[in-house]
Amino acid sequence: MSAGQFATIADIRTALRSKTTSAEELAREHLNRIARSELNSFVTVSEDDALATAREADRQIARQGQSGLLGIPIAHKDVFCTAGVRTTCASRMLAEFVPPYDATVVTKLRDAGAIMLGKTNMDEFAMGSSNENSHFGPVSNPWDATRVPGGSSGGSAAAVAAGLVPAATATDTGGSIRQPAALCGISGLKPTYGRVSRYGMVAFASSLDQGGPMARTAHDLRLLLHHMEGHDPLDSTSADVGPTPRGAGGTGLRIGIPREYGRDLDARLAATVDEAAAVFEGLGHERQDVSLPHTAYATAAYYVVASAEASTNLSRYDGVRYGHRAESPADLDDLYARSRSEGFGAEVKRRILTGTYALSIGYYDAYYRKAQRLRRLVRQDFLDAFATVDLILAPSTPSTAFEKGALLAPDETKDPTVMYEQDIYTVPASLAGLPALSIPCGNVGGLPVGMQLIAPHFGEDRLLGLAESFQRETDWHERTPPP
Amino acid sequence: MSQWESVIGLEVHVQLQTRSKIFSGAPTAFGAPPNTQACAVDLALPGVLPVLNAEAVRMAIVFGLAVEGEIAERCRFDRKSYFYPDLPKGYQISQLDEPIVRGGHLDIETDDGAAKRVRLTRAHLEEDAGKSLHEDYQGKTGIDLNRAGTPLLEVVSEPELASPEEAGRYFRALHTLVRTLGICDGNLNEGSMRCDANVSVRPRGSTDLGERTEIKNLNSFRFLDKALAFEIQRQIDVLESGGSVERQTLLYDAERDETRPMRGKELSDDYRYFPDPDLLPVVVTQSMLAQARATIPELPAAKRRRYVDELGLTDYDARWLTVDPDTAAYFDAAATACGRPKAAANWIMGDVAAAVRREDAAWTEVPVSASQLGKLIERIEDGSISGKIAKSLFKTLWDDGGEVDELIDSQGLRQVSDSDEIAAIVREVIDANPAQVEQVRSGKIRVLGFLVGQAMKASGGKANPKRVSELLQAALSTDGS
Repeated sequence: MSAGQFATIADIRTALRSKTTSAEELAREHLNRIARSELNSFVTVSEDDALATAREADRQIARQGQSGLLGIPIAHKDVFCTAGVRTTCASRMLAEFVPPYDATVVTKLRDAGAIMLGKTNMDEFAMGSSNENSHFGPVSNPWDATRVPGGSSGGSAAAVAAGLVPAATATDTGGSIRQPAALCGISGLKPTYGRVSRYGMVAFASSLDQGGPMARTAHDLRLLLHHMEGHDPLDSTSADVGPTPRGAGGTGLRIGIPREYGRDLDARLAATVDEAAAVFEGLGHERQDVSLPHTAYATAAYYVVASAEASTNLSRYDGVRYGHRAESPADLDDLYARSRSEGFGAEVKRRILTGTYALSIGYYDAYYRKAQRLRRLVRQDFLDAFATVDLILAPSTPSTAFEKGALLAPDETKDPTVMYEQDIYTVPASLAGLPALSIPCGNVGGLPVGMQLIAPHFGEDRLLGLAESFQRETDWHERTPPP
Repeated sequence: MSQWESVIGLEVHVQLQTRSKIFSGAPTAFGAPPNTQACAVDLALPGVLPVLNAEAVRMAIVFGLAVEGEIAERCRFDRKSYFYPDLPKGYQISQLDEPIVRGGHLDIETDDGAAKRVRLTRAHLEEDAGKSLHEDYQGKTGIDLNRAGTPLLEVVSEPELASPEEAGRYFRALHTLVRTLGICDGNLNEGSMRCDANVSVRPRGSTDLGERTEIKNLNSFRFLDKALAFEIQRQIDVLESGGSVERQTLLYDAERDETRPMRGKELSDDYRYFPDPDLLPVVVTQSMLAQARATIPELPAAKRRRYVDELGLTDYDARWLTVDPDTAAYFDAAATACGRPKAAANWIMGDVAAAVRREDAAWTEVPVSASQLGKLIERIEDGSISGKIAKSLFKTLWDDGGEVDELIDSQGLRQVSDSDEIAAIVREVIDANPAQVEQVRSGKIRVLGFLVGQAMKASGGKANPKRVSELLQAALSTDGS
């Protein structure tokens, strides 16, 4: 007997402990679901490895019982390097790339006993908000296959929402965990920048990239975070702060509602966030208005900073050592130009060009330097706000999941910044390096709505505690997509 | 005197001799098979991150303190972007506007022998690139990434060097300094120090700077000298024929002895520098400074002064001994062992240096230890052995090892100073060489040397030559039969 298609990690742990299922049985069930799924949420399924690891987990469970994530099936976003299993970043550039090493997050989760079933689809190099920028094709939203799951962690979000895995890793640079979590009706946490090691996570924008978990509940997020976080000597930007404490998050908290976040928001979505605030009030917390005055500039600053970093992070894909290489190049320039032109998709090229431009002599001050200044102002906004409130409650996205193709700008006939506006509520916390999560808080027109909670640096404990208390009061997180 | 004068500034890339690379744990040893010392970070695989080697920072601080520069309390690393196959990330991690060391100076001499203080602009940390190998690949280019990520300290001088000779003395002084500090092995033929030279000429006496060219990648004292001489003359020729010098980057072709413009591949108009987000700013604490300061040995200039002022060496000898810190260390040990610095200097600059040259030996691996050399000198000074015996004993020590006093005894080398014994030998020599004796007596004093030689020979070289000479003269003057 299985623990159920939409079982949480907590449920599965109980089932494994009571021997009503085994790790191998769980792995097989989930692998079957993945095989039958038409969402295109996986790029690679590592069935043999998964079953072998599951059998080993069962032996361990028989010896010493279930603990940690032992026997829990998970998937990794295809941005995390996995030794011996291809890691593509959903790019033609890395379509054949098999890393010789594991990302720190991958190692940690394996050490905790998690069983990796495969690698999930994503926007190419994590650039995108719809998972349509994938060399392996778009991912469908489990709630409506004509709609996008969000991005860039669209594969992980769709897979969790559809019950293909109870949890998955993801990464968030400007909203790539929170936005797809919201559009797919699941829980996703972007930890504080530095909480989770970036080693082995293919870089998009180094000062913003942060790995984190996606799951069905905040409780599961906490469990996953516990096995992902920690100082890593291989990542100079990883913080040496010790583990996230297992507290309840506190009572009588002051929850700030930023004035600037409502402006472009669909009224039906605004209403769900408002209802969520009422739930918190009912739990004894206090609602308070706050101002984050530089919010309007955050998206522009983000796209300059992130693209600038990306333009150099992606320079290593030159066709010389690994990755896509153009056939019979005429000379070195031709090798570079064609390998990169053929290997990268349109959005990646656009960001490389944008970033290169922003860093060029004569434009550096006008773009990169100015964007960094704005970034500091956005960060200061939050620090000021946290002087009067303990947490910030905000919408996760300006709309529910949109139709495939609606916002995509595959060529110059469409404006790519329309898609970028998907990130207006998630980008500010990214620029400030703050922990933020998105959990389901409503349903509009049959599609899930997410809300965002943002805490001060390293305030994951408070964030998760509050989200857990919300999920004890409500059942939005228990809703599942139509079969 | 030419109506032109040259102005030269040098940028010297000093390879720091850390065990591992500046941003990865791969080893830095020279000469390994291609790509065997390049790890995932050096290969710039997707997802890898740089981690700064604290030892490289320590060495940069040591250098900064030694040149009396200002150590930045906080500095950072930048990405310098350009595409080249031996640059795996597509950018080099360097320091643009926040170098770890600012200012400082290095003292040299002008062509006239006057003291000159050359100011340094800065010294910053960066990573080396790999190597492109254009030979042996049937028209293809091989890439060896063993060198990629080797720590470099780029030492930039102000444009204050007035001639190729001065530039050479500056380069040598820097070479001696970094070796003394133990931060670079100084092996120029392995590329441990490579130099870019900025050169311009101007009418003698002018204070304006002319348009400059940059000669890249000069890796020997000789090439630096020749390249500068060629380039200065080339610029003068251009100006004298009414042309103007074009700002460009040049390569020196040693085979043709000429400089020529570098082609665009490794050059970029815009390196798009920006702070590397993978690395935190480096904060230099007081305790790091104190620790670094404690490791700085006696510097070459101070050593030279001490040799002259305290040990009584000539300036020439002091200079000779301090060019190479290993030679100086050997001298210090030998001089201390025998307490006779002048004699130690003579031996080291004479027989020891000759043997080192002949055997192509390193001063750190001279088979005659400094203490044995000291003992040898002591035995000459106390009259135990003659200078001649000492020379052959030195050769034995070099070739076969051993201990000075044991060898003197076991090989019966002790000098004979006993008057009776020598008098007997002298008697024999006089009896055996009547013709020469007669010549000496008739005033041909030169022939005395022959008789001394015969006596020495008869003693097996062990007689004290001074005593022999004295006794011979005495015998010939009194023995007037």
